[in-house]
Amino acid sequence: MVKKIRSFFKGTYLGLMLIFLYAPIAVLMIFSFNETKTMGRWSSFSLKWYEALLSDSQMMSALSVTLTVAVISAVVATIIGTMAAIGMHSMRKRTRNLIDGVAQLPMVNPDLVTGISFMMLFALLGISDGYVRLLIAHITFNIPYVITSVMPKLRQSSNMLYEAAMDLGCSPWKALMKVVIPDIMPGIVSGFLLAFTLSLDDFVVSWFAGNGVDNLSMYIYGMARRGINPKINALSTIMFVAVITLLLIINIKSIREERMQSIQNKKTAQKRLAK
Amino acid sequence: MKKRSTLAYPCVVWILIFILVPMFLIAYYAFTNEGSFTFENISSAVQNEIYQKVLLRSVVIAFEATVICLLLGYPIAYMLSNMKKSTASLLYVLFIVPMWMNFLLRTYAWQVILGSNGILNTIFEAIGIGAQDMLYTEGAVLLGTVYNFLPFMILPIYTVLIKLDKSHVEAARDLGANGFMTFFKVTLPLSMPGVISGITMVFIPAITTFAISRLLGGGKFMLFGELIENQFLSARDWSTGSALSFILLILVLISMAIMRHIDKDTSEDEKGGGKLW
Amino acid sequence: MKKLAFLFAILIAFSALFTGCDDSETLYVLNWGDYIDEELIGEFEEETGISVKYITMANNEEMLVKLQANDCRFDLCFPSDYIIEKLIEDDLLAEINKDNIPNMKNIDERFLDLSFDPENKYSVPYMWGTVGILYNTTMVKEPVTSWDILWDEKYADQILMYDSVRDSMGVALLKLGYSLNTRNEAEIEEAANALIEQAPLVHAYLGDSIKESMINGEGALAVVYSGDAMWCMDEEEGNPDLAFANLPTSNLWFDNIVIPKTSKNKDKAEKFIDFLCRADVAKRNTEYIGYSTPNKAALELLDDSYLEDPTYNPPAELIANYEIFSDLGEFVSVYNKHWERVKAN
Repeated sequence: MVKKIRSFFKGTYLGLMLIFLYAPIAVLMIFSFNETKTMGRWSSFSLKWYEALLSDSQMMSALSVTLTVAVISAVVATIIGTMAAIGMHSMRKRTRNLIDGVAQLPMVNPDLVTGISFMMLFALLGISDGYVRLLIAHITFNIPYVITSVMPKLRQSSNMLYEAAMDLGCSPWKALMKVVIPDIMPGIVSGFLLAFTLSLDDFVVSWFAGNGVDNLSMYIYGMARRGINPKINALSTIMFVAVITLLLIINIKSIREERMQSIQNKKTAQKRLAK
Repeated sequence: MKKRSTLAYPCVVWILIFILVPMFLIAYYAFTNEGSFTFENISSAVQNEIYQKVLLRSVVIAFEATVICLLLGYPIAYMLSNMKKSTASLLYVLFIVPMWMNFLLRTYAWQVILGSNGILNTIFEAIGIGAQDMLYTEGAVLLGTVYNFLPFMILPIYTVLIKLDKSHVEAARDLGANGFMTFFKVTLPLSMPGVISGITMVFIPAITTFAISRLLGGGKFMLFGELIENQFLSARDWSTGSALSFILLILVLISMAIMRHIDKDTSEDEKGGGKLW
Repeated sequence: MKKLAFLFAILIAFSALFTGCDDSETLYVLNWGDYIDEELIGEFEEETGISVKYITMANNEEMLVKLQANDCRFDLCFPSDYIIEKLIEDDLLAEINKDNIPNMKNIDERFLDLSFDPENKYSVPYMWGTVGILYNTTMVKEPVTSWDILWDEKYADQILMYDSVRDSMGVALLKLGYSLNTRNEAEIEEAANALIEQAPLVHAYLGDSIKESMINGEGALAVVYSGDAMWCMDEEEGNPDLAFANLPTSNLWFDNIVIPKTSKNKDKAEKFIDFLCRADVAKRNTEYIGYSTPNKAALELLDDSYLEDPTYNPPAELIANYEIFSDLGEFVSVYNKHWERVKAN
């Protein structure tokens, strides 16, 4: 009985938090079907923004830049950041804090300052390709988030397993890949997800760092003076539905696998017992 | 690969080129006046009463948002960590997916929800509470900040909680501690590294963001990030802008150092790590 | 883990479908978002074989910083009046060869040779407008004839102002009867004090969301650009309760087309300017955007309703009294200092 009440409260709380997180998403999705341009004033149902979407090649190229930059920068930042976290973990406290402090500068600085400083740096180094500039900037501001996500996992994991692996004749590299990395994997995954999220949302740093290339956030920010075109809502709705569908498909599969496995386990246990 | 610390080298090189060099390019403006070295930009910015007031307000809002994120996010992370793995991993992603929709769109959607003729007020009027003034208030700024930073609190805490050694919790239970005590004496201290990461990733960026306060606060709550932006853009006074961002930088670095000092775990695992390497 | 990898692999594959190729032949255009009829870009590409990469910007000041970098890639840009003055002063613009722009003849002389670019060596007018008060006739029953109404306590918490130094300080200076471009600090201080006095009445200082707020009935009175007011009052898109008042003194503004000095495709950029000055193109563009066109040949093609609309086409005698922003150079920091007093209050 107590258990039931508790799980009811848990479910309610999680449900409320999900409503809080998804309420704005629902609003922007609903208004992608609005006949007129103003969000918040419903006139009548229409698919015209979805039609407009198909003919907007500028927006489609912005979308492609956004997704590729987000994935590539998150992957690179995750690799560099995870390596750095592992390395820093074994350093003396003072050195570690120094590196950590400097790596966190892009987190502390306002985006605008980071962006302008990149603009000056790229002009100085002669890196003029807009896409490369975006990538470098995004990797840089992603790194501190990866380090910050991986660090607590490293502090939590004990060195004993690693030592044991070495004692059993593993090379340090192998011990790292087989023992340490799997142990801190949840931290790496959340670092990657946060990096990906940050990259998707950034427009200020990208605006100054970029050069003739725009991502979706910049494209939307650029509409600020004239008002957001609901095409963007339509695009977001499609993206959202695609992501959620994919997630559910993958997840149903894994829930099934989990169930199959537990059934299998039961069966083998029974067989053993029978023997 | 003799030493594990060599793994940090690529990052160090990256930091040197893409963080420190640009930092010096900006620092040039903070510490020079028509080409000669000076502390005047910094000192006059420090003494400006308006800037002090704006900085204080930014820190207070960031602090409040961090506390709320922690209070809301910790239970979520805790519940997820006690679930079946497949359910938890689905929920875990569901908590970050909203952030993949564009930031500006999300914030505009909040304007529609909170507006005086908005969705919430329509509901309030229907159930007889009456319309409330919600948009363009400090509460709206706080709500928007919490909304946008919540996943940054949930994720690191969750990753620490899933691998928490359950034997500690069971031992505490066996020794007669109730659920409440077990949580505060065992679970919470053990999850501190995750909590600290969460606080870092919410508090520090929250001090400088201002797009939320601009859109949901109706421009009535000027924050430090906006102040710096104004110097660089509308006032074209890069010296003051750069000086202000340096002041902020120093304050944040000091508070991070203090936080590390308080965080005892650091010194503990220092011992362990030190022996190994 | 595998799930995630799978998800992101799909993302990459999907986005690769849309990746276009870039080459040096591309014309890089930097303009405000949604500030051109996009069909026109396609037509230009078809007619000339020049491909256009269209990047958007959100404000003049950010654009100014961007153009200061010596490796800036843009070939065309659409800044406002006072920023053009600053760009010329900083030697960041290329002189336009008018021989390549025969359609320049379509531009009304009223909008040429203005203070910020005498002789139009560097810029060609694109759109223009005024600043006035947009009001909700269900909440404001009296005629709106002066800036003083924004200080009327009857409308407490129903007034929307622009969240920008020059625009809001400008309103206060106009109310006090001073010049928009004053360099007298006492006048600026007085204007800032007026804004501080007004602050309790202000519902919000906004950027673009002023339009949505007015359409959704959030405010009674708002300072708005004439072109935006057109859209807010539109029968289908906007709110029919809204009306726009042109005041006796105000700000007249221009967005002109310029070519940054760093441009590597100046000839092609001029071709694009000429295209935009063509009567039929300018007509469609002004219809799409809703801002007033300086193109008198396009005006002749437009429906009479545009010409008769005082918001779209305010009387020439009236705007003769209006002031154009001029660049204040270093002095702008004085404005900013006092604006900070208003905003930090």
